[in-house]
Amino acid sequence: MAAHAGGLTATRAVRVQGLARAFGTRTVLNGLDLEIRAGEFVALLGRSGSGKSTLLRALAGLDRGVSGAGLVDVPENSSVVFQDARLLPWQRVLDNVVLGMSGSDADARGRAALAEVGLAGRERAWPSELSGGEQQRVALARALVSEPHLLLADEPFGALDALTRLRMHELLRELCDRHHPAVLLVTHDVDEAVTLADRVVLLDDGRVAVDLAIDLPNPRSHRQPQFLAYRESLLRSLGVTPTEG
Amino acid sequence: MTASVLVRPRTKADAAPARKARRRLGPGRPLRFGAAVGPLVLLALWSIGSAAGWLDSRTLSAPWTVVTTARNLIAEGRLQDNLIVSAQRAGLGLLLGVLVGTMVALVSGLSRWGEAILDGPIQIKRAVPSVALIPLLILWLGIGEEMKVITIALGVFVPVYIHTHNGLRTIDSRYVELGEALRLRPAVFLRRIVLPGALPGFLLGLRFAVVAAWLSLVVVEQINSTSGIGYMMELARQYGQTDVIIVGLVLYGLLGLLSDGAVRFVQRRALSWRRTLAD
Ligand SMILES: Nc1ncnc2c1ncn2[C@@H]1O[C@H](COP(=O)(O)OP(=O)(O)O)[C@@H](O)[C@H]1O
Ligand SMILES: [Mg+2]
Repeated sequence: MAAHAGGLTATRAVRVQGLARAFGTRTVLNGLDLEIRAGEFVALLGRSGSGKSTLLRALAGLDRGVSGAGLVDVPENSSVVFQDARLLPWQRVLDNVVLGMSGSDADARGRAALAEVGLAGRERAWPSELSGGEQQRVALARALVSEPHLLLADEPFGALDALTRLRMHELLRELCDRHHPAVLLVTHDVDEAVTLADRVVLLDDGRVAVDLAIDLPNPRSHRQPQFLAYRESLLRSLGVTPTEG
Repeated sequence: MTASVLVRPRTKADAAPARKARRRLGPGRPLRFGAAVGPLVLLALWSIGSAAGWLDSRTLSAPWTVVTTARNLIAEGRLQDNLIVSAQRAGLGLLLGVLVGTMVALVSGLSRWGEAILDGPIQIKRAVPSVALIPLLILWLGIGEEMKVITIALGVFVPVYIHTHNGLRTIDSRYVELGEALRLRPAVFLRRIVLPGALPGFLLGLRFAVVAAWLSLVVVEQINSTSGIGYMMELARQYGQTDVIIVGLVLYGLLGLLSDGAVRFVQRRALSWRRTLAD
């Protein structure tokens, strides 16, 4: 993986150039370029197996041992949210949030982060005592408590039921408006991408096939005609014939 | 999403027609003092057998004889003295074995080189009962306390190593990845992820280790000992005192039970985050 050059300007959070990744003989990413501005919310769409997770793991520096090339420039201070909440079952909720933080104010910041995701009062609970949605909110708190410049999320809501997912969309939007991290959200859900993102990037054949700015006012609704237009165009790029949703 | 889904009134459970209760697959709620039931039954059978004269007192003394003998032994101070000596041996051996077993498991679990060097010899040692090493240990260390403590420690070391090592190696790799994503310092990674992750394995190993410590104790105390419960029993054998032997056996049993109970207590407290079949 390329060094963190630290040459990022104030307005650019992520720069990826000519990124290639392969598992054995199978090339997954091939000459991929991507830039994300500071504070920009980018959704990454792509068919299953198109390499979304591979790209995210490359940005997170979690792909040791994977052969590849290219330049990856990301902020030192970045956080990852996984599809599973990935809380340590043997640590209470608050300890999970402040995991790895040092300093005397760690606990206070952890409590504040939990309050932000609506879990004030659950600090002393065990992760197994929380519902799936609550666990994922703890994971969000853990990711944001360090005030990251970049938030990397790999289908964070994929395992949640539809209603909980809608609530989580609202929460994520709120948190991002408050903390302004750059976000790369991997998803296979076109609606989720159009609802949340400033820009949608579509991965195909190992590179960025579509790069679409979503110019819609917030809050967004599925009933807006432009929403449906974005949705249809993305679905078509994914090779799906759109139906009335 | 339509609003009606959100406001639909919940049907009350008790308004539903009575249904056959669903069969539960777990063992159910724990019994109070459940652990005491089996031993009490045994004690009752023993008492009945003695009172009815089915048990010859030279074969197996009656429970009340054993109690009187125990009282006499306590009055003479022999029981306490021997118990303290035995407990010290077992405790020292246990401590040594647990410390070494844990350290070696950490080294072998956290580094491939450590595993390559250490794991093989330990697996070989595992195949040799530590009791079988006693002749060699006597040649090396004599018949003093060192030999006894080392024999106990060797018996303790193996289960602690095996289970702690296994616990370490089965820590979910996703938690390791989490540690990397959070850029945890190695010390924090060890304290927050590795050690708690290996704790269930370690505690299981400890339960075996405690039993192993008492087992080894019995053996080493009956070889060339001049103190300890085992010595007291060996002496009683020479004089044909069945009751003293039984006092010794009951003591061993109680010690084993108590120490296992202590480890299980620690286990419950330390692993309260786990929800298992037994809950
Ligand atoms: N550790 C791995 N070893 C071998 N192949 C892998 C590994 N991880 C991913 N792949 C392959 O790389 C391709 C892209 O995977 P991934 O990035 O997970 O896709 P996506 O997240 O878009 O569904 C898939 O074909 C997958 O089988
Ligand atoms: Mg994926």
